[in-house]
Amino acid sequence: MWFFILKRSGVMLLTALCLTFVVFFLTNLYPNLEKLAKTQGNQRMSDAQVEQWLDDRGYTQPLLVRYGEWLGVVPSFRFTKEDGKTIGRCIKPAMDPVLAPNFCGVLQGDFGFSSVFKDNVSTIVGKRLGLTGWLMLFVMIVMVPMALIIGVLAGMREGSKLDRSLSTFSITTTATPEYVSGVLFIVIFASSAVGLKWFKGSSASAMTDITFANFTLPVMTMAFYGMGYIARMTRASMAEVMTAQYIRTARLKGVSFPNIVMKHALRNALIAPFTVIMLQFPWLLTGVVIVETLFNYKGFGWVLVQAASNNDIELLLSCSVVAVFVVLITQLISDIGYVFLNPRIRMS
Amino acid sequence: MNALTTWEIALHIIIQFAPVWVALGATLAVSIYYKDRLGLYGHLFDSSVGTIGLILVLFWVFTAIFADAIVTHDALAQISGMKNKRPGTAVRMAAEGAYEFYLLGGDNLARDIFSRMVMGSRAVLIIAPAATAFAFMVGITLGLPAGFRGGRLDTNLSFLANLVLAFPVILLFFLLVTPEIRSTGVPIYLAAVLFLFPVVFFVVLFQSRFYTQPMKRNIYVGVTLVLGLWAYSGLAFNADPLNVFYMEPNLLNIFVSVVFVNSPTVYRIVRGLAMDIKTRDYVSAAQTRGEGSWYIMLWEILPNARGPLIVDFCLRIGYTTILLGTLGFFGLGVSPESPDWGMTINEGRKLLSIYPHLAIPPALALMSLVLGLNLLADGLREQSLKD
Repeated sequence: MWFFILKRSGVMLLTALCLTFVVFFLTNLYPNLEKLAKTQGNQRMSDAQVEQWLDDRGYTQPLLVRYGEWLGVVPSFRFTKEDGKTIGRCIKPAMDPVLAPNFCGVLQGDFGFSSVFKDNVSTIVGKRLGLTGWLMLFVMIVMVPMALIIGVLAGMREGSKLDRSLSTFSITTTATPEYVSGVLFIVIFASSAVGLKWFKGSSASAMTDITFANFTLPVMTMAFYGMGYIARMTRASMAEVMTAQYIRTARLKGVSFPNIVMKHALRNALIAPFTVIMLQFPWLLTGVVIVETLFNYKGFGWVLVQAASNNDIELLLSCSVVAVFVVLITQLISDIGYVFLNPRIRMS
Repeated sequence: MNALTTWEIALHIIIQFAPVWVALGATLAVSIYYKDRLGLYGHLFDSSVGTIGLILVLFWVFTAIFADAIVTHDALAQISGMKNKRPGTAVRMAAEGAYEFYLLGGDNLARDIFSRMVMGSRAVLIIAPAATAFAFMVGITLGLPAGFRGGRLDTNLSFLANLVLAFPVILLFFLLVTPEIRSTGVPIYLAAVLFLFPVVFFVVLFQSRFYTQPMKRNIYVGVTLVLGLWAYSGLAFNADPLNVFYMEPNLLNIFVSVVFVNSPTVYRIVRGLAMDIKTRDYVSAAQTRGEGSWYIMLWEILPNARGPLIVDFCLRIGYTTILLGTLGFFGLGVSPESPDWGMTINEGRKLLSIYPHLAIPPALALMSLVLGLNLLADGLREQSLKD
C-alpha cells in the first residue's frame, strides 16, 4: 500500500514538473515578454530598447535556467545598473541588495509579484481561492447529494418510468453547459424585464456577505451541469449492483425492497461515484471560470481570466500551478480512495 | 407595420424552416421504411430516446445545409433603428422584397438574431465533427499499439496522455488560443504533428490489408498519400499550391487546441478496448494465420471496437460543441464578427436583465444540439448493447 502511494506521488511530482514547465514555456513566449516590457516600461519602446529591458531583468537567459530560478533551485538573476543600483527578482523595493536571498522561487514560497494587481501573487491567489472555496463548498453540498439521490432512484428499478424520466433529466443537464444554464437562470429568476426577480443576477456582494439571494444562481448553475454526469455514473453502478446474486438472494429471503436498496445495494453502488466525484474537480475549474465571469464573483476563476487577458505572467503561472495541483491531488485521492473502498482491487 | 404576436412569430419561424422540415421528413420516412436493412442505424428507431436525438441532430444538420435559404437577413447586416428591438418587430422602411420582420429581434448592433442563430449552426457543425474525427484518428493510431503491444510504448504514451489530461482545459485554451501565440508558430507545430495522423492512419490501414496485392495497394496508398499530403500541406502550413485547402490562422489555432484536448481521452478509450479485445479467440486465430500486428489491430480489433467508439464519437461531438461555445464565451472565437453561438451568448449576457432575447436563442440552439447528440449516443448505446 505504502509503495503504491509513494509510486503514485512520484509520478505526480514528475507530472507537476512537466506541466509547470509547459505553462512556463507558454507564458514566457517572446511576444508575451515583449508585451510585458511595453506595459511595464514604455509603450513606444523600440525593438532594441525592449531587448535591453528584457536583458536587464534576466528575461533573455535560457529557458531552463529561468525555469530553475522560478522554481527556486537556481540562484536568481541580478543586474547592476550604471548608477550602481542592483536590481533582481529577489530584491524587493526598499531592500538592501546585499541582504537579499539568493534563491527565491516557488520552493521558497515566493510566487512573484503581479504586474496588474500590484501585489504579491501569493496574497492574491490565497484570497481569491478562499472566495472560490465557498462557492465550491456550496456547489458540492447541493450537487453531490442530489446527484446521488437521482442516480440511486433511477438505477434501483432499471427501465421503469421513474428511471426513464430521471435519466432524461440527467442527460439534459449534461447537455447544458454553464454559460447556457446561467443565462437561462438569470433570465428566469433575476431579469428585471420578464423574470421572477427571486434572486440577484450578480454575485459581487456575495464576496463579503453570502446570502440566499445573491449566491443561489451561481451555485445552481454549476451544480446543474456537473450533476447529470455523477447521476448517470451512480445509476449505472446501482443498476449493476441490483442485478448481483446477493441482491436476488436477499429478495428471495423476503427482505423488503427499501431495505435491500438502503442496506444491501447502496454501499457497493457508491464506490464508482466516489471516483467520479473526485475526478469532477478539474472539470469544475472550467465551470468556476465561466460562472465567476458570468456572475461577476471575483474568485480564483476571475483572477485566472484577468491574468490571462492582461498578460500577467507570474500570476498566471501561479494560477496554473494551483490548478494543476488540484487536478493531480484529486486524482491521487480518487486512486487511493478507490483502492480503500473496493476490497476486490489489490495493487500490484 | 405592426409587430408580430408570439403565435405569429412561431408560425413565421416554422415557415422559414420549411426546407428543413421537408428534408427531415424525407430522411425519416426513407430510414423508417428501410429500417430492417440499415443495421444499427435502423435499430435506432426502436428506442424513443434515440429517435428524438436523431431528429434534433438532423434538424441542425439540415439547418446548416439550408442556412442560406432559411435566413431572413444577412447575418452581418445592420439595419438602423433595429438595435435591441423585441422579437417580431417590423423592419423600419424595409426594402422592396426584403423580409419585413426581425423574427427574434435585433441585437446590440442591430443585426437579426434569428439569421445569426441559423448561420451560427454552420460553423459549429463543420468544426465540431471535423475536430472530433481528427481527435479519433490521433487516439486510434496511438491507442491501438499501446493497448495491443503494451510494455514501454504503453507506459510512455499513457504518461503523455495523462499529462495532457491533467491540464485544466480552460487554462490550456487561455494559453493556446491567443493572438500572440500565432506569431511564435506553436499552433503550426502542433498542427504539423496532429494532422499527420490521419494520413499515417490510412496509409497503414491500406498497407496492412493489401500488401499482398501490390497493384491494389499501390493505388490505395498512392491516392491516400496524394490527397492526404495535399490537404496536409494546405491545412497545416497554408502551402497548398492550388489553394483548395486553407484554414484561417485563428481557426487553425482553435481547431488544433480542440483536437489536442480531445485526443488523450480517445486514446485512453481505444487503449482500454484494445487491451480487452486482444484476448479474444479471433485475434489468436489471426496471429496463428501469421497476420501482421497492424493488420490485427486495424482489421480485427478496430471493427470489433466500433460500438463504444461510435457512441463516444457522438458524445464527443457534443462535448466539442460545448468547448467551442466556451471559447466563444471568452471571446476567443473564430472571428469577432462571426455569428458563433458562444460569442453571441457572451455579447448578449451583458444586457441580459434588460434585453433577455439577445442571448436566449443561441443558448437554446447550442443546448438542443448537444442534447440531441447525447440522446443519440444514449440510443445507440442501448441498441448496440442489445446486439
